[in-house]
Amino acid sequence: MIEFDGVRKTYRVRGQEVLALDVERLTIERGEVFGIVGHSGAGKSTLLRLVNLLERPSQGRVVVEGEDVTRLAPAQLRAFRRRIGMIFQHFNLLSSKTVAENVAFPLKIAGTESKAAIAARVEELLALVGLSEHAGKYPAQLSGGQKQRVGIARALACRPSILLSDEATSALDPQTTRSVLQLLSDINRRLGLTIVLVTHEMDAVRRVCDRVAVMDGGRVVETGPVSEVFLHPQHPTTREFVLESEHVDTQEFQESLQQAAGRVVRLTFKGEATYRPLLGEVVRRFGVDFSILAGRIDHIKDVPYGQLTLSLVGGDVEEALRALAAAGVDVEVLR
Amino acid sequence: MAQWLVNVDWLEIGRACWDTVLMVGVSLFFVVLLGLPLGIALFLTGKRQLLEQPLVYALLSFVVNLLRSVPFVILLIVMIPVTVVLVGTSLGVPGAIPPLVVGGAPLFARLVETALREVDRGIVEATQAMGATVPQIVFGALLPEALPGLIAGVTVTSITLVSYAAMSGVIGGGGLGDLAIRFGYQRFQTDVMVITVALLVVLVQLLQMLGDRLVLRFSRR
Repeated sequence: MIEFDGVRKTYRVRGQEVLALDVERLTIERGEVFGIVGHSGAGKSTLLRLVNLLERPSQGRVVVEGEDVTRLAPAQLRAFRRRIGMIFQHFNLLSSKTVAENVAFPLKIAGTESKAAIAARVEELLALVGLSEHAGKYPAQLSGGQKQRVGIARALACRPSILLSDEATSALDPQTTRSVLQLLSDINRRLGLTIVLVTHEMDAVRRVCDRVAVMDGGRVVETGPVSEVFLHPQHPTTREFVLESEHVDTQEFQESLQQAAGRVVRLTFKGEATYRPLLGEVVRRFGVDFSILAGRIDHIKDVPYGQLTLSLVGGDVEEALRALAAAGVDVEVLR
Repeated sequence: MAQWLVNVDWLEIGRACWDTVLMVGVSLFFVVLLGLPLGIALFLTGKRQLLEQPLVYALLSFVVNLLRSVPFVILLIVMIPVTVVLVGTSLGVPGAIPPLVVGGAPLFARLVETALREVDRGIVEATQAMGATVPQIVFGALLPEALPGLIAGVTVTSITLVSYAAMSGVIGGGGLGDLAIRFGYQRFQTDVMVITVALLVVLVQLLQMLGDRLVLRFSRR
């Protein structure tokens, strides 16, 4: 469990105090995949770096598994950091070391295992990330996705209980991003590891995270389960992120809303409801006609969902909406 | 041709060559021995680095700049008493080595500092995140990552030492420079001058080629 408690970080820029981070309270549960999303400069990377104290808060406490990390002595801090893995946007692999040597590096630093034990562990880790046959290569000989897999293997070397991911997929193409996210998801499930994932891509959050915090201007503006935040965003920043991830042009969408006749509603189907022919049943029963203005059917982590924006005309619209709501569909009347 | 090279004593030239190589080689060893830790200290105590210490950095930096701003010919003369204490003489090959080391170490230290700064900060951060101590970061990550830059630094330094070693001929240092001054300059034996300078040119070319090869050999980027 990770708790941020009254955490503030200020910098001095040309004699001026600048407040870069101000998080009153945020808790990340053990074993969950927690997303931190925000624009660049929103303070998400700073927040992440407080967990292993690569950045020190100016005020407040960061409690990780019951320990206030800001109070650790240097030697304790180093021992503590070994229990936390970290992966980076630009991988940060040592170019002078082979893949196997990179993965062995944290084990050598820890200095607790024999050479043979380290070699065995490295083999096991490379198998886990699917890079066994590349052990002797140098990072420069690998693709971006392979480099990040080496980064993941290295981060897991000391069997950490927490994995910090700082924009780990931001330098990768969409397909590679998906496979790396899939790997993180597998690791979370198989090893029960807590993952804190910082990103500016809502899509990454949607694929792997259980809960998410949205940051803006150094503050957490919205937090909750991903399905909640994703399907019913409250804060303008969150809405912006969700629309961006759905590739919706806000202006175009507004125009189509204006032209639509009748009632405009947004229906959200989650889980089982997504696959049932609910809409068809209801419109037939109440004699309502509909046209689709926008729609998306996808998954949030493993839960399927559908979201449709419809304009409804004729028949008994009110009754139809009530029937949909009764069947477990989220109904929002937009106009 | 034989007429023109009438003053050239090839045995003498050979010995002078060996003396120059010896002076450069021995002084380079001590330059690296002193300059490497000094360069690491400069890097670590620098602004926004692992052991940021503005006062220590300012002091080290001042000493390095001071030594680097003294013209080498002056340094040669100023160092004479110290050299006598250290190696018993201020003449010949041994007498040239202390001033060469004092002249070369600050240059190499700066080149080390620059090479270490070229290492991606992210690598330092990643190593820190693994719970590494400062020595582990320096020896496990920084120095291996900076190796090509360090080798390039050794190359530049060794070439500077060749020219410094030649200059040490002024105070009776020995080697090709000594030959050039005593025979080529003072006795107007232009042929000796041309041959010694040509040999120095060859030596510098060889050092640069060797350095470039090693840099390539150790670059993994």
